[in-house]
Amino acid sequence: MNDTAIKHAQPRGGRFFRDNLFVLICLFAAGVCIATLGVLLASILIQGVEHLDGRLLSNPPSRKPDKAGIYPAMIGTIYICSVCAFTAIPLGIGTAVLLEEFKPGNRTLARLHGFVQLNITNLAGVPSVVYGILGLTAFVEMFKLLGNAGDPIWTLGTTDNWYYVQLPFGRGVLAGGLTLMLVVLPIIIISSQEALRAVPNSLRHGALALGATRCQMVWNTTLPAAIPGIMTGTILAMSRAIGEAAPILIIAGIVYITFTPDHLMDDFTAMPLQIYDWAGRPQEAFHRVAASGILVLMAILLTFNAAAVIIRQKFQR
Amino acid sequence: MSTISTTPPSAWPAGRPRSKAARRVRETFIMAGLIGCGAFSIATTLTIIVILGVEAFHFFRLDEVSFWDFITGTKWSPLLGAEKHFGVLPLVSGTLLVTAVAMVFALPLGLITAIWLSEYAKPKVRAVIKPVLEVLAGIPTVVFGFFALTVITPGLRWLHEGFNVYNAASAGLAVGVMCLPIVTSLSEDALRAVPRSLREGAYGLGATRFEVSIKVVTPAALSGIIAAFLLAIARAVGETMIVSLAAGNAPSMTVDPRSQVQTMTGYMVQIFLGDASNFGPEYYSSYAVAATLFVMTLLLTVIGHQIRVRYRQVYE
Amino acid sequence: MNQTSPTLDPPPRPSDTHARDGHGMPVDKAAPAIEVAHFNSWYGDFHALQDLNMIIPEKRVTAFIGPSGCGKSTFLRWINRMNDLVPSARAEGTLKLHGQDLLDKSTDVVELRRHVGMVFQKPNPFPKTIYDNVAFGPRLHLKMSRAELDQVVERSLRSAALWDEVKDRLRTPALSLSGGQQQRLCIARAIAVGPSVLLMDEPCSALDPRSTAAIEDLMAELRNDYTIAIVTHNMQQASRASDYSAFMYQGVLVEFGPTHKIFTNPNNEQTQNYITGRFG
Repeated sequence: MNDTAIKHAQPRGGRFFRDNLFVLICLFAAGVCIATLGVLLASILIQGVEHLDGRLLSNPPSRKPDKAGIYPAMIGTIYICSVCAFTAIPLGIGTAVLLEEFKPGNRTLARLHGFVQLNITNLAGVPSVVYGILGLTAFVEMFKLLGNAGDPIWTLGTTDNWYYVQLPFGRGVLAGGLTLMLVVLPIIIISSQEALRAVPNSLRHGALALGATRCQMVWNTTLPAAIPGIMTGTILAMSRAIGEAAPILIIAGIVYITFTPDHLMDDFTAMPLQIYDWAGRPQEAFHRVAASGILVLMAILLTFNAAAVIIRQKFQR
Repeated sequence: MSTISTTPPSAWPAGRPRSKAARRVRETFIMAGLIGCGAFSIATTLTIIVILGVEAFHFFRLDEVSFWDFITGTKWSPLLGAEKHFGVLPLVSGTLLVTAVAMVFALPLGLITAIWLSEYAKPKVRAVIKPVLEVLAGIPTVVFGFFALTVITPGLRWLHEGFNVYNAASAGLAVGVMCLPIVTSLSEDALRAVPRSLREGAYGLGATRFEVSIKVVTPAALSGIIAAFLLAIARAVGETMIVSLAAGNAPSMTVDPRSQVQTMTGYMVQIFLGDASNFGPEYYSSYAVAATLFVMTLLLTVIGHQIRVRYRQVYE
Repeated sequence: MNQTSPTLDPPPRPSDTHARDGHGMPVDKAAPAIEVAHFNSWYGDFHALQDLNMIIPEKRVTAFIGPSGCGKSTFLRWINRMNDLVPSARAEGTLKLHGQDLLDKSTDVVELRRHVGMVFQKPNPFPKTIYDNVAFGPRLHLKMSRAELDQVVERSLRSAALWDEVKDRLRTPALSLSGGQQQRLCIARAIAVGPSVLLMDEPCSALDPRSTAAIEDLMAELRNDYTIAIVTHNMQQASRASDYSAFMYQGVLVEFGPTHKIFTNPNNEQTQNYITGRFG
């Protein structure tokens, strides 16, 4: 056998042509992906850069596009995302720990365990607008069992206290934040589960063999080892919460708010809502304001994603 | 409870033993808390089902509505006109039209990109494409809506005058861009799960890279790819902000992507944004629509997930 | 606590076999640490351990040898009940540590594992500092002052012959140690809770010969204070480092006795064949 013999066998019709053609198609597909992102970012940058200044960050929304700002919406987003973080993170990590670290041996309990797991997978697939309806009924109106928000049956503090709470909640910060919590909870659970699953079993066995209880094992060994993964997942989930509009839209509606929320029950608006409002207006000028708002929103999200990437790389052993 | 009596070797620094009773109480509380967390997710699902079920039931009890008309009616006009019609098919068809446009864009493009990433691309190229997809996946949907309205729609209208200011094609393309990262990353997972030995076997028989990718790897990963497609479709069906910005507010039974449509999610936003009172048939109708949407996405997710679980088992 | 265990023929005591072997060796006066009688274990339907009878003597090294899958690790994992983690695993019969029935429902597994330390096949230090690894167990079980804890850590590391190598870098990550050092750290970690029994599941299989020698020397030291049960695939190791040997085959304890006898003059032909490398 020599080289020429092999070479003679080579040019067999379209096989290699097809291979090369497919590479071209692939390059085209990947090019479309990159180009789409490029066009998207460029168009927003071009439209938004003009209005991107101090006024945008410090002004309330206005009927006049030049004066319109996103300040109350930013504060609103911070408020609802804080509520969301404080509720969703403990709940999510708790559920993940239950599912990963306390797998029951008993057959009935194992079935229940599988059911909870399946349930979480399904919750992750529920459209966010449905969570909006859930939040509206369960948090805002409290199933209409507790009167209406204008005439609460129970209050804690007065509207001067930041912690003012009433039942039912009404269309306030708390209801909005809790609804967001419902949206991101499955994401946090699933990513935390993956982080816990990545912890080698040898660590668990090591802890148990030293006489640790399951709880001590989780607290002292498994959770510390899984924390970087959990943090990465949680940060990505929170950036989802920041950009989520549909459920908040149903809770808060489009309200013309020029002030920042004073307490947990106060009306609010959020950045995605404000952007939605501006984008939906017929005037071109407002579209440019919307684009500037998007730039602010994307800058915040980019910071979050960068933080996630840094954590992931720092702790990768 | 019995104790084991053993003598520790030599005199070991004693310390004071921690209270076992306190530990037991503490751990009972922790377990209760964790079980509470698990119960919360079950409660969430149950509440969704109960709310949608009860309110949809209210809706079907109303005089002007019948369940049969709802699922077969081709006219949806809850807000206008003397006689209101509640046939959900126009909303469903609007949703499906937008989804179809999105999938025509996202599925082939996503799959090809996935094959390329998994079978062809060098690490350097992956290092460019993966972040691009990650950034796309992280963009809020309202931004895609804005993009549809201010870039895609004018573009389409420049290509062809027949496009309405609000149209299904524009919304669909934006939804497609949104779904692209999902299709790509889930399909790539499926392709990468195909064992090396299968590829090596095919290369060993003298197959080209194209033949290995298309005739060996892709069929082997098919169930995973189908699952990825179903999950992407579920996301497209449930997408709200893009369609509510770009697809319009006119429910119609049309297959023309140039025309205005209304989707199920778009209708829900319209109602809850205050176009209707807090009671009355149009208000309750949104719950019936939400229930329809919930059932559709649930089916897609459950089937998609089952397929995914099954194919994973094959190669593990 | 008294269990009403069925009356049994007394399992062969090591001292008895010793007395009868007729080599003129002094009779071993070791007290029994772990009594095993008619011990059976299953994984689901698989009968993994069949009717084991033996007495593991206190403060001696007992080696479990036999081909892979013969059940020696399974047996070891019953002594500290690590098999509880396997849902399908169950056991019957008598397994007593210093007279306490380990299979009894009332046995507190967490408490048991304080008394029975375990070292695993692959070193598994926690991703913490060296100090925190050793202090892990004491912190779980005892309230201690800083000074007391320091003392425990130092003693444990000294017992594991690691102190001189790490005393200047107690606050560095345990994962920065070499494999052999990590394994000795795991031994120190196990010792720190004050066990009376140490279980070692092939502790040297992931180590190079030098580290293996260090661990074997360490075992010779530790047998003054601890009852050691070690699973090993390495015949030389068993013959060098152990006082008693148990040869297991397909879930059955074929032969148990003083190591020198098992290795020079086994009663059983199967043992003979395995020792001489004719199978396994």
